[in-house]
Amino acid sequence: MSVTYPDAKGRFGDFGGKFVPETLMAPLQEIEAYLTEALQDEEFIAAFQHELKTYGGRPTAFTYANQLTESLGGAQIYLKREDLNHTGAHKLNNAIGQALLAKRMGKTKIIAETGAGQHGVASATVAAKLGLECKVFMGEKDIERQELNVFRMKLLGAEVIPVSSGSKTLKDATNEAIRHWVAHCDDEYYLIGSVVGPHPYPEMVRNFQRVIGDETKTQFDDVKGGLPNRIYACVGGGSNAIGMFYPFLGTGVELVGIEAAGRGIQSPEHAATLTKGTPGIIHGSMTYLLQDEFGQITEPYSISAGLDYPGIGPEHAYLHASKQVRYESITDDEALEAIKTLSRTEGIIPAIESAHAVAQAIKEAETMDPSETIVINVSGRGDKDMSTIMEYFEGSDGLD
Amino acid sequence: MTNHTVTSTFAQRLPKTENMFIPFIMSGDPTPELTIELAYTLQESGADVLELGVPYSDPLADGPTIQQAAARAIEQGMTIQKAIQLIPEMRKRGVHIPIVLFTYCNPVLQYGMETLVKELKKNEADGLLVPDIPLEESEELKQHAEAHGIQLISLVAPNSEERIKRIAEQASGFLYCVSSLGVTGERAEMDPNISSFLEKVKHYSSVPVAVGFGISTNDQVQLMHNYSDGVIVGSKIIKIIEGEQSALLKEDTRDEGLKRVKEQITQLINY
Ligand SMILES: Cc1ncc(COP(=O)(O)O)c(C=O)c1O
Repeated sequence: MSVTYPDAKGRFGDFGGKFVPETLMAPLQEIEAYLTEALQDEEFIAAFQHELKTYGGRPTAFTYANQLTESLGGAQIYLKREDLNHTGAHKLNNAIGQALLAKRMGKTKIIAETGAGQHGVASATVAAKLGLECKVFMGEKDIERQELNVFRMKLLGAEVIPVSSGSKTLKDATNEAIRHWVAHCDDEYYLIGSVVGPHPYPEMVRNFQRVIGDETKTQFDDVKGGLPNRIYACVGGGSNAIGMFYPFLGTGVELVGIEAAGRGIQSPEHAATLTKGTPGIIHGSMTYLLQDEFGQITEPYSISAGLDYPGIGPEHAYLHASKQVRYESITDDEALEAIKTLSRTEGIIPAIESAHAVAQAIKEAETMDPSETIVINVSGRGDKDMSTIMEYFEGSDGLD
Repeated sequence: MTNHTVTSTFAQRLPKTENMFIPFIMSGDPTPELTIELAYTLQESGADVLELGVPYSDPLADGPTIQQAAARAIEQGMTIQKAIQLIPEMRKRGVHIPIVLFTYCNPVLQYGMETLVKELKKNEADGLLVPDIPLEESEELKQHAEAHGIQLISLVAPNSEERIKRIAEQASGFLYCVSSLGVTGERAEMDPNISSFLEKVKHYSSVPVAVGFGISTNDQVQLMHNYSDGVIVGSKIIKIIEGEQSALLKEDTRDEGLKRVKEQITQLINY
């Protein structure tokens, strides 16, 4: 199968596109033009790969989870270790790619939105490394919840701009970043953190993240030969998942994306966009989102700040509609249990986001044959989540 | 122009095509009843077209003033449907100028494009403005609008460059020129290059050309009248209404409040 999406209008089937105010059309076209040219330039590609390797630490490890596999008695479980990236998550891959593009465009400043602070930290990090100024928009509620990452960004020299509009979380930080960018696009570049937003962002971020899937393909073939049976990745905006899935589309590998079910998809408190949402427009893109009957965007909920987003990348909406990827959801409780399990069987503490993928894989691995193989994308490490995890388990008393 | 199955009322209702004043108000802010009264007051203050806003949770093109007005209106339970239903009430009150519904794209999609333009027509509206549907994504909505005699208003921006011609040539009703890059909200100064931008737009446009975003003083209004066919004023109107809110909300001071709104608007657009 040849995958040709997005089309010239930036559509993945019915999804994607550019639903933005006229003032944003010119800066988006500018990015598109530079990106097309950059991706055909061997020097640009080489510079990207060089930074991924010598700064980011790629290729990331590919680990056989032998104890977890044995304890479940089902499919053989492999872990793609995006937690081993510099700054602790896959977000860095994209930040490096876009910051290099920003420099190529002659921009001197980058702006970014962040929820948990992971993308903000990755952007601040790359800005420091490449000599760019960096502003990070962050909802006031998230600033309170993620004190440590706010300090990390400031330590890296970035300016953190509190966002007090709307619900004061990631959705509003994204709105505010876009509003700011409209007025400053002559010298600022908007470095978006996932495969969301108007065209060409979803395609661009996918291209910078597909290194995850490309490496996995080679690594799996080296250690086992051929292809795995199933691959699992968590889905917030969807960048680690698309990065992992894209090279495997049409290969027959079963791809599973995991959304956050929060306190349960029967409750109003979840972030299960594909499971419970409906089509519409968010942040310039036609996709699935959580909204009321009048089209007002509603607040999602997940214990994991990185999955706490009311939309999803348009390519996921397309892969869902065309049934090329299966989407499931995992609750807060299930994800936290999976953190404990992976920590104790493999000595790896995953990010709460990544733990959603781990939890779904654990459920399914048990029912699979020991000859079958699965890969879990461990998109990030859990260090950033330690206070949330501690609070959840009520200090160490609740751990056993 | 394609064959209209339904004729447009926009041009008939438009009092003049020069020195136009196009105010924006948010439906339901501060109350639905006052939105109707304010529409009438704006007409009596010299409005040529009324832009009637539908509140949206995530208004990407708007600055804090209109964002807050939207939040207040949503709090009041205002929806796209209720906003449309205000229009016949405005007509009953004596509002005879064209009314253009301003709404972001997502509420339009949930309501249904065709249903929306039908309802607009049925409820005596004249136009529709959706700031986050650029030309490239507008075809379907434009077809529905044309079939039902509703003018779909297009926007053009200083950075639209080679798109100016394409946008201007298909424009209907009036053409909305964004004065400078950024979101809505008062601006101390206008873009110094605005005259050449507007000249270019006027060259290609067969409909009146109006300028909006940031216009908040009488000087700016006068300046823009030199270069265009009209001004669109949003945040400043919202601010004027905000300033009179407590008077407007009380039965016995309402008329005085409306009178002061009218005085301030007359001062703003006087030339
Ligand atoms: C470790 C980790 N995984 C996943 C995500 C979710 O983003 P995406 O779905 O774009 O991969 C985040 C976002 O902050 C994250 O930090």
